[in-house]
Amino acid sequence: MKIIFILFLFLFTANLVYPAYYNKSVDFLNGKTGWNLSHFMDIPFKLGLDLQGGVHLVYEADLSEIDEDNYGSSMQGLRDVIERRVNFFGVREPIVQTEKAGEHHRLIIELAGVIDPAQAIKEIGKTPFLQFKKMKENYEEIIQNNQKVIEDGEGEFEDPFENTLLTGKYLEKAEVDFDSNTYKPLVLIRFNNEGSDIFETLTSENIGKPLAIFIDNALISSPVVQEKISGGSAQISGSFTDVEAKELARNLNAGALPVPIEIVSQQVVGPTLGKISVQESLRAGVIGLIAVILFLIVFYRLPGLLSSISLGVYICIVLGLFKLVPVTLTLAGVGGFILSIGIAIDANILILSRMKEELSEGKSFSFSLEEGFKRAWSSIRDGNFTTLLVAFILFEFGTSFIKGFALTLSIGILVSMFSALFVTRTFLECFKEKRLSKIRWFWE
Amino acid sequence: MFSFIKHKRIYFTFSIILILVSALALTIYGLEWGIDFTGGSILELNYKEGRPSISEVKESLNDFDLGDARVQFSGDEGIMIRTKDISEEVHQQVILKLREGGSLEELKFEKIGPIMGKELKQKTTLVAILSIIAILLYITIAFGRVSRPIASWQYGIASLIALSHDVLIPLGMFAVLGRLYDVQITIPVITALLTVIGYSINNTVVVFDRVRENLIRDRKSDFRDIVDKSLNETLTRSLNTSLTTLFVLFAIYFFGGETLRYFSLALITGLICGTYSSLFLAAPLLVSWLEWKRKN
Repeated sequence: MKIIFILFLFLFTANLVYPAYYNKSVDFLNGKTGWNLSHFMDIPFKLGLDLQGGVHLVYEADLSEIDEDNYGSSMQGLRDVIERRVNFFGVREPIVQTEKAGEHHRLIIELAGVIDPAQAIKEIGKTPFLQFKKMKENYEEIIQNNQKVIEDGEGEFEDPFENTLLTGKYLEKAEVDFDSNTYKPLVLIRFNNEGSDIFETLTSENIGKPLAIFIDNALISSPVVQEKISGGSAQISGSFTDVEAKELARNLNAGALPVPIEIVSQQVVGPTLGKISVQESLRAGVIGLIAVILFLIVFYRLPGLLSSISLGVYICIVLGLFKLVPVTLTLAGVGGFILSIGIAIDANILILSRMKEELSEGKSFSFSLEEGFKRAWSSIRDGNFTTLLVAFILFEFGTSFIKGFALTLSIGILVSMFSALFVTRTFLECFKEKRLSKIRWFWE
Repeated sequence: MFSFIKHKRIYFTFSIILILVSALALTIYGLEWGIDFTGGSILELNYKEGRPSISEVKESLNDFDLGDARVQFSGDEGIMIRTKDISEEVHQQVILKLREGGSLEELKFEKIGPIMGKELKQKTTLVAILSIIAILLYITIAFGRVSRPIASWQYGIASLIALSHDVLIPLGMFAVLGRLYDVQITIPVITALLTVIGYSINNTVVVFDRVRENLIRDRKSDFRDIVDKSLNETLTRSLNTSLTTLFVLFAIYFFGGETLRYFSLALITGLICGTYSSLFLAAPLLVSWLEWKRKN
């Protein structure tokens, strides 16, 4: 009964880890018989940034201008704005999260896959600032002065426009449109209610005069107001290209950052390095595994072989869990997993050594098996518990590298106890009272 | 039966020498902390069509204010550059400049601000202290029922001594490696050393566990003989477990790539020290302690 359960568990997790064979045979069967068997669920491993390439950024928020009560909401607002910007990158599952470390408020951004980090950093930090300005009263005079400055090459320019109340703060939505006559791209903006009122007053006061639209303090266009505009929509028609118009609309939508931010940590992993890392650690794992299995069989003979099989079950269960949970696999996590293969063997060795001892004292097979498990238990418990304790502390207080390591190590330890105490035991019990158990050479 | 107790002075002396050498290396050389802890930038490049010499790279970096920039080869085709904490613009300019010297691929760029580094150091210290306290508590509780002839907290102290031995010696080795080959203490290395704490305790606990069992079974023999017997009984297990784990670790060391190389090296040394200390240090220390107490 138990052995069937283990077999089922093994088949299930093995297919979970590597469904290609199952799917192929299902296709084959379906083709031959006309059945309609479904494929096994194909969940990919979730790879961390260091294995698939990507950008990890940590920004520090400057909250010195903000009341302490509003720290939380400011960080939340910051997160939302950045998240909107990041979503435009077309990255799969971008991560944007806030973190508080002592006095420091931080924002962590993780972008997986192949993207241009320099561009990403530029886009994230961008604060498009939309302003509507009106002519100063002595507009003509200033223009003439400015003209003179250009001719004479001395004196100072003066801004002929002055600020109005209307800024990007009142923006509700921006979108790209095309001029129906010239087919040139333009950006349509809609204000919210408050903004619409301001816009209405502003236009009614400036009929016949230009209203200047500034973005990031650069004059984009200065259309002349023909009449009072109600309803709160306006259009910005500069000499945009399609791409520029799209970018502007996008940045206006994303809005300005509520607080200034500064980059404090940056990690960029190229896709090649990730691929190399996966290959190398895979190779290391396989070679280590083969060495362990050879050792087990040479030293412990038949029980060693049984332990190796249960080690195989162990590996399938752990990898299956990584997919199901899912655990984000980083290089550190892979290291922890490979290390846990060594640990998984420890419990087996403890039990087998004990069994061997009892057997060489001339005890019977079943008795030695019982005693082996019973007496190895306290060592397994204490030993694994202390390692788990350390792993838990590492996980609670560590950085992301340490966390990945601690998580896979802990999963490994827990599953290893199951594999030693249940799987290996079930295998060994199959030989109880069998003729094979009488042949001492296999066991001692 | 091999006697671990008879020549315990020799084994202690061996450990003490190693500890002294490590402590000396640590005080004289100090540790070469990586940018994770000090703040700074690290740039890893790969040259498929032949890499420039280190001096060539250094020369092209002269135009930039990079602080004490260090350039070294990594692997067969790679070059690794460590500088102070630089901005994204400077990073891009550096890459542009280096591209003049040969076609390259940027494998990795990492930049860590000085505050982050300081924080990490504090965090790591906290983690180490917490781990040690937690383990001490656990051992004291787990061995709570055994009090003859050694108190349970003494098991805790003995395992703590073994533990310091197992962490100090790898640290000393890294101090030497840092001086000779510029090997740095990075997060992976620290993680490995923290894991060594767990391992070291694991090994010691298995031995103590056997001592405890034999103490309950055999109330006549001398403590000294019981310890020796227990060590002999656990010997195969200790060696075999360490061996299988070492197989895996050596596989990582030789085939697991650059990032995990020193991670596995720290674990390998820690594990070897841990196996040694669990056999020749921890339990024999208990015997010495008892004998010293009886004399006084």
